[in-house]
Amino acid sequence: MHIMEGFLPPLWVALWFAVAIPFWVIGFVQIRRLVAERPETRLLLGLAGAYAFVLSALKMPSVTGSCSHPTGTGLGAILFGPFVMSVLGAIVLLFQALLLAHGGLTTLGANTVSMAIVGPLVAWAIWRSLRGRLPEDGVIFLAATLADLLTYVTTSVQLALAYPDPVGGFMASFIKFGTIFAVTQIPLALSEGLLTVLIFRGLRTNAAAELKTLGVQGA
Amino acid sequence: MKSNNWLLILLIVILMIAPLFVAQGAEFGGADGEAEVAITEIQPDYTPWFAPVFEPPSGEIESALFAAQAAAGAAFIAYFFGYKQGQRRRPQS
Repeated sequence: MHIMEGFLPPLWVALWFAVAIPFWVIGFVQIRRLVAERPETRLLLGLAGAYAFVLSALKMPSVTGSCSHPTGTGLGAILFGPFVMSVLGAIVLLFQALLLAHGGLTTLGANTVSMAIVGPLVAWAIWRSLRGRLPEDGVIFLAATLADLLTYVTTSVQLALAYPDPVGGFMASFIKFGTIFAVTQIPLALSEGLLTVLIFRGLRTNAAAELKTLGVQGA
Repeated sequence: MKSNNWLLILLIVILMIAPLFVAQGAEFGGADGEAEVAITEIQPDYTPWFAPVFEPPSGEIESALFAAQAAAGAAFIAYFFGYKQGQRRRPQS
């Protein structure tokens, strides 16, 4: 889902940064408040960041014959909400932009919107609306899987908007980028959903108090 | 519950290995790179207007950095669960 450095025209660079910045500001304020008022959740905050850090480093093969990586943002979004995750996700993206030439500084806003804003918003909305109505593991699976998948759909939309096909326009481009990104992502997204269920089970056993503090457990 | 966990792990492994058989003989290149190619197909005259500040000098160094990223994250996760489990099992008083 990394849009490469320099591969978005300046107008789109500005637009996606404009979308990302308010999320970063609110997320930053929320993190400061969380750390000050509930210092016991600090380790869990680290875990959410670490999970995205690991998963976005793992490039895995897909049925389309190309490789991609999961995002790991669903877990943090369920625990801390989409604003906090927009900051944690941006840290991961910044690391990869600076050290790995994956993504870039000019495309940091756009990549934040797909991986660290849209993905977490999807996970958070699914968690909030379905929790208590379906078995909890099922809700977590859906939230993490769809956050992963829709991140790549978002990247496809972003590229199709910046590069509409000269003949077929936005839709033709969207299908082209969607085939590269979203279809490739399907098995990876399912894997991420399953792994997030496993991690969450570990949290229920080992970090029940923190989950309760965050209002994630005990509904 | 315990056996169910192993089932999930097995499913993840299958999901990771199956593509190698489904798409036999494919290149398994990165999707990011394929998108770059697609952009140049749509707009052949597009030239990137900004270059990465640092690029790993070789594929080996790049994979080392990716491994370091995964290792750092995994180390923290292992620390978290080890710490929490120790805390939970410590006898009271």
